[in-house]
Amino acid sequence: MKRLSLRVNGTLQRYDGPPFTRLIDVLREDWGLTGTKEGCGEGECGACTVLLDGKPVNSCLIPVCHAAGRKVQTVEALGTPGKLAALQEAFLTEGGAQCGICTPGMLMTAWAYVKKGGSDDPGAIRRELAGNLCRCTGYQHIVNSVASAVRKQRRSRAAKRR
Amino acid sequence: MAHVVGTSARRKEGPEKLSGHARYVDDYRIPGCLHGVTVRAPIARGRILGIARDPAFDWDGVVIATAEDIPGPNVVTLIEPDQPLLAAGEVRHAQEPVALVAHADRSRAYQAAAHLKVEYESLQPVIDPAQSEQVFKSFLIERGDVVAGLAAGDLVVEGTYTVPHQEHAYIENNAAAAWFEADGTLVVLASMQCPYYVHKALKPLFDLPAHKVRIVQAVTGGGFGGKEEYPNMIAGHAALLAKKAGRPVKIVYDRHEDMLATTKRHPARIRHRTAVKRDGTLVAQDVDVLMDGGAYLTLSPVVLSRGTLHATGPYDCPNVRIRSRVVATHTPPNGAFRGFGAPQTLFAAELHMERIAEAIGADPVALRRKNLVREGSTLAVGQVLRESVGALQALDECAKRSGFRDKRREYARWNWRKDQPTWKGIGLAVVHHGSGFTGSGETHLASRAAVALTREGAIVVLAASTEFGQGTNTMFSQVTADTLGLPYDWITVETPDTSKVPDSGPTVASRTCMVVGRLVRQAALDLKAALVAEHGRVPHTRAHLREAALTLCGDAAERRFEREYEKPSGMAWDDATYRGDAYEAYSYAAVAVDLEIDKATWEVTVHRVTSVQDIGTTVNPLLAEGQVIGGTAQALGYALLESPVYKDGVMLNAQLTNYVIPTSLDTPEMDVAFVPAPYSNGPFGAKGVGELPMDGPPPAVAAAVHDATGLWITDLPILPERLARAERERKAPRNRK
Ligand code: FES
Ligand code: FES
Repeated sequence: MKRLSLRVNGTLQRYDGPPFTRLIDVLREDWGLTGTKEGCGEGECGACTVLLDGKPVNSCLIPVCHAAGRKVQTVEALGTPGKLAALQEAFLTEGGAQCGICTPGMLMTAWAYVKKGGSDDPGAIRRELAGNLCRCTGYQHIVNSVASAVRKQRRSRAAKRR
Repeated sequence: MAHVVGTSARRKEGPEKLSGHARYVDDYRIPGCLHGVTVRAPIARGRILGIARDPAFDWDGVVIATAEDIPGPNVVTLIEPDQPLLAAGEVRHAQEPVALVAHADRSRAYQAAAHLKVEYESLQPVIDPAQSEQVFKSFLIERGDVVAGLAAGDLVVEGTYTVPHQEHAYIENNAAAAWFEADGTLVVLASMQCPYYVHKALKPLFDLPAHKVRIVQAVTGGGFGGKEEYPNMIAGHAALLAKKAGRPVKIVYDRHEDMLATTKRHPARIRHRTAVKRDGTLVAQDVDVLMDGGAYLTLSPVVLSRGTLHATGPYDCPNVRIRSRVVATHTPPNGAFRGFGAPQTLFAAELHMERIAEAIGADPVALRRKNLVREGSTLAVGQVLRESVGALQALDECAKRSGFRDKRREYARWNWRKDQPTWKGIGLAVVHHGSGFTGSGETHLASRAAVALTREGAIVVLAASTEFGQGTNTMFSQVTADTLGLPYDWITVETPDTSKVPDSGPTVASRTCMVVGRLVRQAALDLKAALVAEHGRVPHTRAHLREAALTLCGDAAERRFEREYEKPSGMAWDDATYRGDAYEAYSYAAVAVDLEIDKATWEVTVHRVTSVQDIGTTVNPLLAEGQVIGGTAQALGYALLESPVYKDGVMLNAQLTNYVIPTSLDTPEMDVAFVPAPYSNGPFGAKGVGELPMDGPPPAVAAAVHDATGLWITDLPILPERLARAERERKAPRNRK
């Protein structure tokens, strides 16, 4: 079988199993990256969201061969419990995570949004997050978390320019 | 020491969840683990004639378990011993588990399940609850003389209301792993709300003594009641396969199976007849409730009880009769779901208040103000509300914040203009929700919780109350920290593991904060007293606390202070007559919903929800607000979107693709406020919050829909097609003229 290689969270990973295995299974089962969650397996919930070349995708819908030679980022690319990234800090302060099962996927979608310079307008954030289901929070605190992360990034960029 | 109760202390387990380090069942890699799959009946009712392996299939490495493999009685212990772990002989609902298979490879396990041939003889099922002859439970609650009362009002308003099943749709499906240790101890690791329920169910199934069964909660991705009783079943299945295989077995449902097979909110039909005076005084309320329990009794009697006790709404009426029953049908058992029967009956009660307001031409706020409970009011069960009744304050604040009366006038002007593309409406509802188990339930539970000081000077909360998003760990830590006067960060909370924590009862019924939180506070007070006795004060440095710990612990690894539930003095309940203090305390909420309806598509857009609650002291405003917003979103789904479709007792849209739950775009901005009326027996004055937000939004939505369109939609969900049909029916008689 042909060997595939992917850059996962900055590290080159090789895979030589069946090429049509779902990316989520390879991440979780072959590489132990269990931060990525499965909620439905059919592209509805977004719990499995990872970044593929910087764009959010549902890893339950993508065969691993589709990601060959590309860059994959998962929640493990953000901070650790002892050293959270600014986006995760915002979720902690604003109440963006309750049961936490949708959270890794939310964070991935939000991360791409913040990185591309999305605005802190609640409506814009809601549109961006519409593919990630959360049954706990009613979304408002997640929207606040993302808005706060956007503002924080803006402030730190402005500070750097000064 | 700065106080932490009343502040938005950070979620205790937040960093693990946010970094993907938190481990849910499926994230555990268990050496040698097999994947378990359930073989389910495709028919609603019938007899099992035989189970045979397809000879053409390669059965190598496949483990099969049937009812015959169960060491103890084939019963999932809950209230009544009527539900088997695996159907044997008879099938009573579609998707009932009949056999189990396991294999090291997940897809092989699914294939094996498909090749296990079960032969059935079909029987005629009873699907419609109105046709059922088997009553699981019924209640009759009376106050005053309802017959005389119905004759004494100026007019009688009648109405019938129906609510459908609702799916919990937690984002983590039900999952459990099980294995047997070398000494024969059965260990279960599962996504769950109630470790001691599973403990109680597995002991008899496997004929094991209490100390040989250990139940551990994995990080749990949402519950909402859906992981209250169902984990007994899936844990039993995983354990049975593990026993047969002699290896660990994990069962993780996929979304489709979870939606097809696990519990739902009970559908209900509620009838109201209310006598009222022209001035708005309620004279008599006559309520009839019918709930569909599904094929087995499970928790139906207690769901019905709570539904019954909330069926009049939060009003003081001198003449009341509530008749209720829950019946059996050949459908998957319905079970616990946030609100536990109350959202069903409160939808009817509060929408009915709107119809009364219309019938007598009263302002809906004024009508409610006149009849709402206040301190000194008496409920239908004879309970006198002595304290902590914030219903009126919540209503007034909600009407003010939402601009209710101004909006009604403004929207009336908007709706009057025929050229507008939409109708606009605002509606409100006021609800109550009893905290904790009903009546003597808490006394029977005799819950325990503890606070321990370890030799190393750590302070650990020991309780079986689980965290599944609500904030249990954070709330316990805040209560303990403030009781001891120590920093929040010094407190840790033990994982709910039956080998480590006492039985604090189930994590349900809005009881964790008020009931178990009180036990934790009492235990912390005992620790404080011991520290003061030994050292004159609670040590304020880590080093001093370690020193104190050494003396307090003696030779032991820890010193534990444990408390058991004691009924608050003055509380009385009679199980036989079903009269007395039904709940220690009630929380209250007033909700206003502001919406707009497209005249062409009938699509309803909710613009804003204003929710004001009295939950007593707010221990953690951010988490409490999170409960309110999250619960409101679920309630809006119930009101407007979530439409389970059933045919012959089988859910047809058991997928998130066609069973639609609210997304970030379906969920409006919410304005949440608290008007605390502290409860003297709650920890720092707190009452329950978890279920309350599920109760108010559906009737408020229906009231707003009426305000917008003049249509009374009395059946949930209020889908565009239902609105369009109601409009056609409204026009039809005129057309015929
Ligand atoms: S698991 Fe991939 S979208 Fe739900
Ligand atoms: S936090 Fe539980 S599903 Fe989002």
